[in-house]
Amino acid sequence: MSKYQIRKLVNYFNLIASLLVTALGLFMLAWILSVLFSKGFQYINWSVFTQMTPPPGSNGGLLNAIFGTLVITFFAVLIGTPIGIMAGTYLSEFGGNSRFSSTVRFINDVLLSAPSIVVGVFVYTLIVKPQGHFSGWAGAIAFAILVIPVVVRTTEDMLKLVPVQLREAAAALGAPRYTVTLTIVYKAALSGMITGVLLATARIMGETAPLLFTALNNQFWSSNMNQPMANMPVVIYQYALSPYDDWQNLAWAAALLITLSVLIMNIMARYTLKGSSSR
Amino acid sequence: MTTASTMTEETQPNSRAVGLKMSGALKESGERAALLEKIDSVRQIEKAKLKINDLSFYYGKFKALHNVTMQIPDKQVTAFIGPSGCGKSTLLRIFNRMYDLYPGQTTSGDIMLDDQNILGNNVDVNLLRAKVGMVFQKPTPFPMSIYDNVAFGIRLYESLSKADLDERVEWALQRAALWGEVKDKLNQSGAALSGGQQQRLCIARGIAVKPEVLLLDEPTSALDPISTTKVEELVHELKSDFTIAIVTHNMQQAARVSDFTAFMYLGKLVEYDQTDVIFTNPGRKETEDYITGRFG
Repeated sequence: MSKYQIRKLVNYFNLIASLLVTALGLFMLAWILSVLFSKGFQYINWSVFTQMTPPPGSNGGLLNAIFGTLVITFFAVLIGTPIGIMAGTYLSEFGGNSRFSSTVRFINDVLLSAPSIVVGVFVYTLIVKPQGHFSGWAGAIAFAILVIPVVVRTTEDMLKLVPVQLREAAAALGAPRYTVTLTIVYKAALSGMITGVLLATARIMGETAPLLFTALNNQFWSSNMNQPMANMPVVIYQYALSPYDDWQNLAWAAALLITLSVLIMNIMARYTLKGSSSR
Repeated sequence: MTTASTMTEETQPNSRAVGLKMSGALKESGERAALLEKIDSVRQIEKAKLKINDLSFYYGKFKALHNVTMQIPDKQVTAFIGPSGCGKSTLLRIFNRMYDLYPGQTTSGDIMLDDQNILGNNVDVNLLRAKVGMVFQKPTPFPMSIYDNVAFGIRLYESLSKADLDERVEWALQRAALWGEVKDKLNQSGAALSGGQQQRLCIARGIAVKPEVLLLDEPTSALDPISTTKVEELVHELKSDFTIAIVTHNMQQAARVSDFTAFMYLGKLVEYDQTDVIFTNPGRKETEDYITGRFG
């Protein structure tokens, strides 16, 4: 066999192998989604959005859990985004390759892949234990700690994509460094940075482990961030493991809802990024 | 005399006087006369805008520019030519201290802009850059509207009323020969323009702040011939208001647009003279080899 034929064969083999692996990944995803839809969709009705989580054996919905998840996520993003953007900006625009910024970058990468349960236990020790009770704030802070590394990373990456010529052009007009960053670099990277925040939101929305140690759960309506708060992931966790059919059904509905919101977040993130590149 | 054609009105009598004196005193050696004529022509820089004295530049430990001494005349076009890596862009980026953005880049020597040493430690770099504008090789429209692109620099240093700002933006776009093409779409993104229009937008942005010196770093190397011609015509137009320094790879361009030309090679200023002299009667072998295409 000639060298060319061997190369062709290797190419062919690799192509098939990667196709198979892709198909396997997509198949798993499709499987999960199809099971979720077939089992969860039938339990989604009006009362899911209007009623509180019920005691076993009675009708109810997920209103307090949906509200709790939205509020905790909102505050987590509100706390985590500015910190993440500022740190990412430092790494990209000011830190360069100094020893300090390489260290920060490394630690951020570690945090990025840190098991979320560790973050949960950390916030438990830091806030829940001294306070003596679980709270929505503790949940938001645990989530914020998960948001920060994602936002740091995407911000840094997106700012680094802004051509250096653009910064030079702005500086050449006599713009001070902070003006260049705030008005030119941020503007050029805006959609990428929004994408990062959306991805971070998607990441935390479905997290369960940190909430088990922080916000825990609440059977009743609770809008007090200082008290334990109901939320979707922990409801799913508790109801899915329960022996009651109606609880399990609600867990299916909740699982479908949370998956859909994560999916929508991801699609929005993609759309934002795409919209900017064609501009 | 080769110098006469590029003389400005006020320098002409002087050159004639020197020329007369020379023809009287130095008939014996034609070569010597030619040499003196060149020294004489460099002296024709009556009013220098930038006086560069013994300037060296270092990228870390690497010495990229070796003891450059020259004067850049006021309201004239000075071209910098030379093969890639000869230091011409590096030199240009010292004039507005662009190198300050990067750690590890240092200079020695000094550059006087009028009476101020711009390499001094107490120089406000941002104010300097507002005085010494720059246009880059690749068009760099900011991600904002055409109007805001031009207004960006103005807003940094001046608080103009809306009407005055409108007027200034129009003035800059007129000067950059772009007004006619964009006057109906000032609110559109600058990125939507063609490459040649983008570059003229960048020139408009640069002159909108009314700098004293305009640095052009290979402004047409990314443009098609028609856009190139437009930018060249523009350079010719603009020299009535600004002192212009242009780096170019295109020797015909240097010959077309500039009054003075500096040839640089390996970080050294090899020859600096009136453009006519450089292209018709260069004094150095390297210059001649380069402009006749024997290397570079």
